[in-house]
Amino acid sequence: MKNECGLRCVRLDNVGVIKGSKQLIQDVSLELRCGKITAIIGANGAGKTTLLRAVLGDIKYTGEIDFTDHNSNTVSGIKIGYVPQKLNFDLSSPITVIDLFCSLKSKSPVFIFKKKQNVQVIKEKLAANGCSGLENRRLGELSGGELQRVMLALALNPIPDLLILDEPVSGVDAKGLGTFYKTVSELRKRYHMAIVLVSHDLPLVAKYADSVVLMGGKPLAIGTPAEVYNTEAFRQTFGSSFGGELL
Amino acid sequence: MSAVYDWLSMLPFDFTQTAFMQRAFIAVVLSSIMFGMIGTLAVDNNMAFFSDALGHSAATGIAIGIILGVKNELIALIAFGILMALLINRVRSGGAASTDTIISVFSSTALAVGLLLLSKTRSSAQYSAYLIGDILSVSESEIVLLVFALIVVVAIWCICYNKFLLIAINKSLAASRGIKVVLFENVFSCLIAVVVMLSIKWVGILLINSMLILPAAAARNVARGVRSYNLLSIIFATFSGIAGLIFSWYLGTAAGAMIVMISAAIFFSTFTIRAVTHK
Repeated sequence: MKNECGLRCVRLDNVGVIKGSKQLIQDVSLELRCGKITAIIGANGAGKTTLLRAVLGDIKYTGEIDFTDHNSNTVSGIKIGYVPQKLNFDLSSPITVIDLFCSLKSKSPVFIFKKKQNVQVIKEKLAANGCSGLENRRLGELSGGELQRVMLALALNPIPDLLILDEPVSGVDAKGLGTFYKTVSELRKRYHMAIVLVSHDLPLVAKYADSVVLMGGKPLAIGTPAEVYNTEAFRQTFGSSFGGELL
Repeated sequence: MSAVYDWLSMLPFDFTQTAFMQRAFIAVVLSSIMFGMIGTLAVDNNMAFFSDALGHSAATGIAIGIILGVKNELIALIAFGILMALLINRVRSGGAASTDTIISVFSSTALAVGLLLLSKTRSSAQYSAYLIGDILSVSESEIVLLVFALIVVVAIWCICYNKFLLIAINKSLAASRGIKVVLFENVFSCLIAVVVMLSIKWVGILLINSMLILPAAAARNVARGVRSYNLLSIIFATFSGIAGLIFSWYLGTAAGAMIVMISAAIFFSTFTIRAVTHK
């Protein structure tokens, strides 16, 4: 059965990450399901980004992370789309949006030439994600919201099985943020992909996420937003003023 | 190769008439192209300090080569350079907050050890040549090596450039697309090490880093995309190399220093252009 909602996509079993002598995260066991948005929340330094990096395979971890395809077979890897928290290179570099896309899409080195055919496809993809006209802009010149849309368009090309969004809130205004969550929510319905996002915006998480993982070095609470927001651990992390009224 | 020499000697400049200047000219052009290419990504990866440390460590490489009596001291130099590159890379990927400090410890230790060993085995005049470089020391076999290195660099560039670029933009993003980040970072660092070590004898330990960084830094001021960025970087590097060599011939100055001065002039010009046009 292809693309059925609710299939398990990624399973983490007792995952931990140690850096030097420091245990960044431990005892993480959870499932990410197709067609569902899983939000990871928690205080700064709670290991949210570390958890994402383990799923990405970007960092060494203990325990197991299994990927399952649409036919319930365990596979070594699935297509992952990733929207990073920020770009870590020097922003005055003359790398344009189209350079970035072509370097992902094509094997021919972008410093020599870009295929016209690719460029046309990329322009269309950008336009479909509300980024028309941005293709020749330097990455460093984009606003927070523009960069976020560009990175999302990139993550959706090709359509991934798992979409990972790391703190899509940074540098984006409230209105842009709401639109972004709506877009992500529509993606889940249209493509039935599993979506996991790190977020600081508790009201938006309550509105859009199907399940929530509260991290504090390890999962302190896992469940629906309503369940997690009513736990003692949630109140200790975010203060007692949050909770019930967000739901 | 002899055709190139013939062509050079037919040019109406007296600096191209002698064999050592012909070799110097070819060496400058070959390494400038490599520096121009590699420089763009070195700058994007914030590796200016990394390559500086690599240049300083050449002192130890040279000394070890002399002490071991290795026939071609370039072999000892390149081997040591690659070792240092991999070592520093490991420290960098550790992500410690004090990466700069640790790299600095490595580079000053390597420089000190090298100078100690050199001062023990060579006269000060001989080893100071390594510090400021000697363009006339380029040999026929080194030119063959440079040609070979250029072919390898161009090949790796064509195959791996897109991956290098993605890693420079965001490592996790690259990893999410199945790119082996650590492997490619090591390949890139070794590439820098080889190019730096092949040129250190005539550019000199003190200035080698500017050859790598300045042309790319100048190009990024005015480039409008990755293609013009790389193209301008290579043009700036090659122009500075050739012009620097010619000026140093007529003025009787150190070629490495003259090349870097011209690169610096290009950098400040492009910087001004950018400042004016982006107001």
